Amino acid sequence: MLTALFVMIGLALLLGVILGYSALKFKVEGDPLVARIDAILPQTQCGQCGYPGCKPYATAIANGEADINQCPPGGDAGVRALSDLLGVEYKPLNAEHGTPKPKALAVIDENICIGCTLCLQACPVDAILGAAKHMHTVIASECTGCELCVAPCPVDCISMEPIAESPDNWKWRYPIFEIKPVGIDQNTQQAQTQQAV
Amino acid sequence: MSAILNLSKLFKFKGGVHPPEHKLESTGAPILPLPLPAQLVLPLRQHVGNIPKICVEAGQHVLKGQLLAEAEGSISAAVHAPTSGSIIAIQEDLIPHPSGLPDMCITMEPDGKDQWIVHTPIDWRTADKQTLVASLRQSGIVGLGGATFPSHIKVRPDGTSGIRTLVINGAECEPYITCDDMLMRERADEIVHGIEIAHYLLGAQECLIGIEDNKPEAVAAMRAACAKSNTALQVVVVPTIYPSGDARRLINVLTGKEIPSYKRSTEVGIQCFNVATVLAMHRYFEFGEPMVSRVVTVTGNVAQPGNFEVLLGTPVTALLDAAGGVLPGTNEYIMGGPMMGFTLPSAQVPITKAANCIIAGAPDLFPQPQPAMPCIRCARCADACPVNLQPQELYWFSKSNNLEKAREYKLFDCIECGCCTYVCPSHIPLVQYYRYAKSETIAQDRAKEAADVARERNEFRLLRIEREKQERAQKHAQKTSGAKAEITDEAKKSAIAAAVERAKEQKAAVQPMNIDNLPPAVQSEIAEVDARRSEAAIQAENAMLEKVITGHDAAHPEAVEKQP
Repeated sequence: MLTALFVMIGLALLLGVILGYSALKFKVEGDPLVARIDAILPQTQCGQCGYPGCKPYATAIANGEADINQCPPGGDAGVRALSDLLGVEYKPLNAEHGTPKPKALAVIDENICIGCTLCLQACPVDAILGAAKHMHTVIASECTGCELCVAPCPVDCISMEPIAESPDNWKWRYPIFEIKPVGIDQNTQQAQTQQAV
Repeated sequence: MSAILNLSKLFKFKGGVHPPEHKLESTGAPILPLPLPAQLVLPLRQHVGNIPKICVEAGQHVLKGQLLAEAEGSISAAVHAPTSGSIIAIQEDLIPHPSGLPDMCITMEPDGKDQWIVHTPIDWRTADKQTLVASLRQSGIVGLGGATFPSHIKVRPDGTSGIRTLVINGAECEPYITCDDMLMRERADEIVHGIEIAHYLLGAQECLIGIEDNKPEAVAAMRAACAKSNTALQVVVVPTIYPSGDARRLINVLTGKEIPSYKRSTEVGIQCFNVATVLAMHRYFEFGEPMVSRVVTVTGNVAQPGNFEVLLGTPVTALLDAAGGVLPGTNEYIMGGPMMGFTLPSAQVPITKAANCIIAGAPDLFPQPQPAMPCIRCARCADACPVNLQPQELYWFSKSNNLEKAREYKLFDCIECGCCTYVCPSHIPLVQYYRYAKSETIAQDRAKEAADVARERNEFRLLRIEREKQERAQKHAQKTSGAKAEITDEAKKSAIAAAVERAKEQKAAVQPMNIDNLPPAVQSEIAEVDARRSEAAIQAENAMLEKVITGHDAAHPEAVEKQP
């Protein structure tokens, strides 16, 4: 009887120590859900969702403050991924927040740029290089295409140019085959269309 | 007898198919040179890896073999002028690529002289390996079997490769293509010489030359050439089955080793070169000729199919004309073989390093594929797959855009050989689905990488803004409180003294150079200068201390007097 009691108490103490230690050792920093939502978001940091960036939007989703269909750059695939992750119903993108566009790059017309640095301050990923009264230019490889630099420019020298398809980023198309009517020659087809008219 | 002995040593890989060979058409005539075309278009993208850097200008006159674009980064290959002439444009032009999209090209107009640069052959037997590999980087040589991987990467830059077995690929398993076959028949001695170079560079212990048994002439020629060589080379006849010319399949057949999908063949001590590649290496080291031409098979719906020695950049039309012109009914041009090749966007595109074969296609040669029917799960594709994949599963996942799952089922181990499509009784274009799924997955991975970089940059920016804000707030707080810490004279003095001490120490640490073995006159002069210098230094130091403590410049007392 007593032995059993001691064994149980001993076990409880031992496991308690192990649990306590692992709670300290393997402590999870921050909300893992926010990070997982953030990993799905496209990181354009464009703010079209109504939040100042992808992470704030992820936080808002995690807290149940925002809906999952407010991110146009993420597109339909993004909404589906979010609905899968959160186990909520899929819903189409909310048009209030904009519509998906093909990915584009900001391009500064260097002849017009006056070097005001306003776009530098607007860029969420520091992808514009320049200094006061010096010409600015966009680091193409870092630009997310968020369009945040377009509005502040006082001389309208920034334009968004869609990324052209090149042999580098070209993709094989999904195989689609034309379905041709079999056994109907053109005359009968024409007759049919005429009949339909 | 020897054939039997060889066969007993061979291994067999699973799967593979036996498509009609169609090789006899183009092996009737010897390799013919092609007349100089009116214009050459050299795409910069002729190999796997980085685009080379252009080092010529439009309007410049260049000699044959002159460097036009140099290798940039580790995986890249140079581009050379295939003949002498002038550069007329550097612009985007149509290239032989399945996309049919234009890319950067150098356009040349030959001057007709075909004048070479000064040849600088390298005696590879005496030169050290590092120099040889560095030199190979300038040669523009890439894998000519079709993979176009820069050859200098295949030999480690430090010259220590750890390669035990060198495999020379003369299998040429794809139907219609005969350029390697003809090369082995006609230039066996040069190929063997090239193999000796590769053998020496890699420090290999054994060398196996794999040739399919449908090329008896090539086997005989290579055997005769190998008999003359001092290096231990072994010609191995392998059974004809598609795709035994794939490097990993050939290694498997010859050595019985299956290279894990996550490893390169070099990691298990085997390196593989195509016969045309070693021939190019021979020409480069022996004669100093960089990669400016290659042998191309022209076959299919042409009057006189054959093999031609073609300058890179030659338009496909010139090649077709040399083969007697296309016959009526031609509706497409295929670069590569019928199994793995692709339809050219136009016959105007140039020949590149990757172009081993041009087939003029016609409906009677390549009938339109029958309409795809539903998959009946017969698993014939799985039986035919030479890389032990489950093509039917990959098909389901690719078709339904379940890309993660396709990746799990090793989509990226697929070599796109087309065996599964060839055997499919439902005529499903399986390889097209895999190609789609692969390029889609690659695009998604790239987008994910870009998103990760953007996240990092955004986080850093927010951090920076926060830090700047704090710094500003701190400065502001200091100013408004006016509590500028009064620095006492004593503290000032000690700080200056400490700085002076530090400077002295630094000065002492720096020893003047070249003062040994000087004549006494010069030494005394140096001593005098040193004395003057130290005196001046002491004076300056005193003046400085005076100025700091009294608050005015001792050297300019009038500055104080003027003040009210």
